[in-house]
Amino acid sequence: MKVLGFILQKEFRQIFRDKTILAIMFALPTIQLIILPIAANFEVKNVNVAVVDYDRSSYSQKLINKIASSGYFRMVGNTISYHDALKLIEKNDADIMLEIPQGFERNLVREGRQQLNMSVDAINGTKSSIGSGYLTAVLADFNKELDVNVKSVNSSAFTQSLRIDITYTDWFNPRREYKYYMVPGILVLLLTLIGGFITALNIVREKEIGTIEQINVTPIKKWEFILGKLIPFWIVGIIVFTVGLIVMYVVYGIFPKGSIAVLYLFAAVYLVALLGFGLLISTISNSQLQAMFVAFFFMMIFMLMSGFFTSIDSMPDWARKFSYLTPVTHFIAVVRLIVLKGSGFWQVKTELLYLSGFALLLNGCAILNYRKTS
Amino acid sequence: MKNNVNNKAIICEKLTKQFGDFKAVDQISFDVNQGEIFGFLGANGAGKTTAMRMLCGLSFPTSGKASVAGFDVYRQQEKIKASIGYMSQKFSLYENLTVSENIEFYGGVYGLSRSEIKTRGEEMISKLGLGNEAKKLVGELPLGWKQKLSFSVAIFHKPKIVFLDEPTGGVDPLTRRQFWDLIYEAASNGITVFVTTHYMDEAEYCNRISVMVDGRVEALDSPANLKNNYNTHSMDEVFYQLARRARRTGD
Repeated sequence: MKVLGFILQKEFRQIFRDKTILAIMFALPTIQLIILPIAANFEVKNVNVAVVDYDRSSYSQKLINKIASSGYFRMVGNTISYHDALKLIEKNDADIMLEIPQGFERNLVREGRQQLNMSVDAINGTKSSIGSGYLTAVLADFNKELDVNVKSVNSSAFTQSLRIDITYTDWFNPRREYKYYMVPGILVLLLTLIGGFITALNIVREKEIGTIEQINVTPIKKWEFILGKLIPFWIVGIIVFTVGLIVMYVVYGIFPKGSIAVLYLFAAVYLVALLGFGLLISTISNSQLQAMFVAFFFMMIFMLMSGFFTSIDSMPDWARKFSYLTPVTHFIAVVRLIVLKGSGFWQVKTELLYLSGFALLLNGCAILNYRKTS
Repeated sequence: MKNNVNNKAIICEKLTKQFGDFKAVDQISFDVNQGEIFGFLGANGAGKTTAMRMLCGLSFPTSGKASVAGFDVYRQQEKIKASIGYMSQKFSLYENLTVSENIEFYGGVYGLSRSEIKTRGEEMISKLGLGNEAKKLVGELPLGWKQKLSFSVAIFHKPKIVFLDEPTGGVDPLTRRQFWDLIYEAASNGITVFVTTHYMDEAEYCNRISVMVDGRVEALDSPANLKNNYNTHSMDEVFYQLARRARRTGD
């Protein structure tokens, strides 16, 4: 125990002496947490629509006005031919092209029906499907007004069909704002990067300089050395997490709905798992470059498979199973549950089991892999 | 063997380290007496560092027997580590810690108490004449001072044996002389010194020297006897005659 005290003293001295590392640990996460959620935004806004209006009637004008005033669309050139609109799509200036044929108003009034043509640039699948969805909704709304104003006048009032009215409420994120989903995720990501990379690099750096050999030739116990490395970075991680929570509250007004104690309990266990991961990487790498690439490889997988950007439920079966094998998945899920839904300990206790499992496994492997004598 | 342990610091019998087909160290046998300054010579790539790492408990031997400070190199490595000091080829104090912080850390790691560290540390700093530099980062010191400090840290916990792997590489002649004064002082305090070097004048300072060629110990005697045996006046010449037999290429 006495020896551990000396090791911790040395580690803290080194951490607080290195201004770059300090900046990386505290300033970068704060700045990233402020910038990233604004940019990493999946909300579809400003869909560029080119309307080709061959009818030029008051109805077609009404429709165009309705689209323009819905708030999701930006109208680009609506007095052009089909050919010109196609060019706009090719040049990436327009995302959706809506073609209103000649005789639009006449057919609607006389026959009660008229087809429109909507062409969508589908390169960005999300944008195209959500954009065309919005547009379809606007059209449907327009349609309903027609039912009242045109069709019901023309046909008899008795044919009104049965219909189910649906009212809905959005829970936990009433305005469906993307930032509520994203900010907790980004916080987890930053914690992961810092926890995973900094331990790995720190130990490998000692290998590179050669001080690790000097350590290995002392009677230091394995657990003393490993705890001496883990504890300082665990504390740093908890501080980063706290800073992150503060930024989340101050900048985004998100305050955890659930218990802060439970949140910290998970963060504590998660950090242990993560530091074990960093430690494991450091035992298999001989240079900081190697460690960096190995860590980066896993980080990429963690990030894309963890449900941070995309929903795990829509992954294929194998990917979903795989994603449960990364600790990040579980922690992101828990943080969202506690922060946004206010879930209590009993609702998320399985995740704690997962995280504890990862902590044991990763640290166990790291300890087995670290050898004072080769 | 038990009886020998008391007056021998190191006993090596047919100690071998093999990497695949390559025998880095090939059945070396020698003893080192307590309090002796033992020079461990050999060309680059002759296997000195590998042998030394086995004796320090940093690497497992492939075969053979050895004991250091009475402890077995296969099973009691951690006990060996507690009773030796080691100064590696690479400078291995923390450059981003100050002189006294390094002393404090290594002293603590070897289990000294804070008060011991304080008194002995001050003593050591004044002996090295580093009084004004104690609060400076070690990275800012000149190489010669770093090496002297590194050696003093290696014997700070009063080990039975100290292993020095090319401690004076790149150091100026005056500092080398001062360095050897420190070694003599350590030896007179009863510390056994096991040192590798490429400087033949330094070899002459040793009580006995061994010369390794291609992983084997080819000669082992006092510098005077070796010169007699090889009919020459200089250790340089002894080394040339032995090293010329090498088949391996140095690194």
